[in-house]
Amino acid sequence: MAACYFDVDGTLVSSNLVHPTLYYLMNQGTPLQSALKLGRALLDSPRLMVAEMVDRRTFNEMLFSSYAGTSEDRMVLLAQEAFDNVMRPSLYPGARSLVEKSRAAGHDVVLVSGALECVLERLAEHFGGAEVIGNRLEMKDGIATGKLLKPVVAGPEKARLIREHAAARGYDLADCFAFSDSYSDVPMLSVVGHPAAVNPDKRLSWLAKAYGWPSFDLSRAA
Amino acid sequence: MNHPSLVTLERDSAPRVLFSGDRLVEVDLPAGTRVIYPKPPMTPLRDPDAAIRYAINHPIGSDPLYAKLKPGMRVAIAIDDISVPLPPMKRPDVRERILTIVLEMLADHGVSDIEIIVATGIHRRMKPNEIRWVVGDKIFDEFFPDRLYNHDAEDKDNLVEVGTTPHGEVLELNRRAAESDLLIYVNLNFVPMNGGMKSVAVGLCSYKSLRPHHNPHTIAKSDSYMDPGGSQLARDIERMGKVAHKALNIFTIEATVNNQMFDKSLDFLMKNEDELSGREKALLKGLVMTTARLPQPARQAIFDKFPAPYGMTSVFAGATAEVHPRIIEKNFEQYAVPIEGQADVLVTGIPFISPYNVHAFLNPLLVQVLAQGYLFNMYRGAPLVKKGGTLIITHPCTDKFDHEQHAPYIDFVHRLLPETRDSNQLRERYEEKFAKDPALIQMFRSGYAYHPAHPFFMWYWGENGRQHIGRVIVVGADNEYIPKLLGYETSPNMEDALYKAKNGQNKTLDITCLHVPPIVMGDVTLPAGSGPALSAGNGNGHHHGHGSHG
Repeated sequence: MAACYFDVDGTLVSSNLVHPTLYYLMNQGTPLQSALKLGRALLDSPRLMVAEMVDRRTFNEMLFSSYAGTSEDRMVLLAQEAFDNVMRPSLYPGARSLVEKSRAAGHDVVLVSGALECVLERLAEHFGGAEVIGNRLEMKDGIATGKLLKPVVAGPEKARLIREHAAARGYDLADCFAFSDSYSDVPMLSVVGHPAAVNPDKRLSWLAKAYGWPSFDLSRAA
Repeated sequence: MNHPSLVTLERDSAPRVLFSGDRLVEVDLPAGTRVIYPKPPMTPLRDPDAAIRYAINHPIGSDPLYAKLKPGMRVAIAIDDISVPLPPMKRPDVRERILTIVLEMLADHGVSDIEIIVATGIHRRMKPNEIRWVVGDKIFDEFFPDRLYNHDAEDKDNLVEVGTTPHGEVLELNRRAAESDLLIYVNLNFVPMNGGMKSVAVGLCSYKSLRPHHNPHTIAKSDSYMDPGGSQLARDIERMGKVAHKALNIFTIEATVNNQMFDKSLDFLMKNEDELSGREKALLKGLVMTTARLPQPARQAIFDKFPAPYGMTSVFAGATAEVHPRIIEKNFEQYAVPIEGQADVLVTGIPFISPYNVHAFLNPLLVQVLAQGYLFNMYRGAPLVKKGGTLIITHPCTDKFDHEQHAPYIDFVHRLLPETRDSNQLRERYEEKFAKDPALIQMFRSGYAYHPAHPFFMWYWGENGRQHIGRVIVVGADNEYIPKLLGYETSPNMEDALYKAKNGQNKTLDITCLHVPPIVMGDVTLPAGSGPALSAGNGNGHHHGHGSHG
């Protein structure tokens, strides 16, 4: 037995972390609240852009601070809506067949993403069942503080979480697969025996070529 | 007396010019070496379209095509993929000619529910422009992509079990082909291994249905797989084919082409180097020098640029079992050169193209499939080289793979071959694991990669050669480790390779050189009183001469 570890944003869906967050910001209780939240986020955007260039983890932490003050039950509702309205329409045509072939090969399917676990769980359900390793918001008295619980899933941390997951299941990493679109996921791709570049960015595409990793585009249906 | 295509070298003979990938190299071979040249191209049919019409109206063992048609019926037409002919031929391809006539006839009989399937088996999908090249603009524009598409051997929803052989082997076929009222198979029989029962049973099946015959055991017992009469592969596939023919209503159209691979400007490449005119000698020299200096992509571009001017030499239609032997006869008529006795050493150039790298680089695994696979198997009767003899090839064995088409080959060569070269081990330990690799399956289904089981089959394809040949020596390799991975020795030049082949013995070696491409086969007979022509599979010699093929 082995596992297939999938990055989500850009790999299985064309949306990214920002899209569900934007959806959340634009769907506040009143238009005024939405405008205020959005305005604050816009003010933050230059810092976010710098963070994205420097460190994926800081970016995630800053991005999710927008959720501060949201109640837990509202988050559940938002997760479903964000999945239905943002993530599902952005699923790549070939994503389902890839996940199904992974399962048919007898592998566990694990989604490893910087997105919120509550949204990822909807995607897992959509695929007919998958494990989820994602980010979780810190809650205090049923209200999100805007901070992420440790460990923050991003960059090299994904590799550590995958190692931990495989060890806990007794899987040999050499038999495991990992799929990602981004050069920032090279650590995650490097720990498994079967890495693959999916809709790769330029840098990952070059790397995949150099190392003979499979490389393909899920925007084409199988 | 020798056949005109069999030349015995003399002391003052010119060097032979062999392919070494996409380069041409001159090699000195000793006096007495027998060089087998391709036969001159057979005269093509003067009116191929008339011949096609005649064939489908006067079929063998079947009602004429028109008598099988009913308005409103469902028809599937399957065609051979990009693996034939090599290189792709000048337009119109034989398949375009046949399809045009067949589609006209279907339309005349009120048949409009037609789908055309490229019978890729587990080969890579053909790209739209490649399909256009083969079927022509008119058919492409009318049918692609909804009614003209590649077979998908991994699309579980569109595969259907059609039956089981007495051996318990399950045949899964393309659903549309299996569920149509009539399946018309259009085959271009480029080599005698292809066509016949193989067309449907392999071209339209799933990975599961390939395993019973695409395995080392079957190949080891094929003597050779280019001779249906001696091929275990043909026998095993026939079992599956019979299941298909029992379950489906199949009308087969098969055609052959001559061996006019090179245009007039390059046809001196298939001639005896001693008989070239002054102009041809200069051109050949120029080609040798040019290919030595140009960078690889430029060399590939040159050879890709010239489609082959193959001419159609025959077409037969009707019941597969009756059509195919006639086609095989035509293949041998073009390719087979009679030769008496086996050699101690077989020398051959490895060209730039194989059935599995059209528009891509010939990677090391494909060098192997040409050397111990196809070229070793270019015989009928007995192998060109004695059991335990030496095969000398000219090729750079460059460690280079087409990242898109040959993605699964990379792991096979660099991860598996260092562990073992034993075909049975590879099959038992790794084949099914590879075949289920979700990333590689995705590349196969939505990209243009070969199926992840394909590199295994490529290795098995060399199995009878591996078991028969004592050693393989590569002349001109640009590295040591790839030949080592393949189990080959290396030599800097032909003289050194022939010296190695002597193995310290003070005797004159019998040397045969297979001057390919284009395709040529040895029709090998053994001199009366000689020992058995030991061959890989049965170990007790299997010897039959002209005309005994099936």
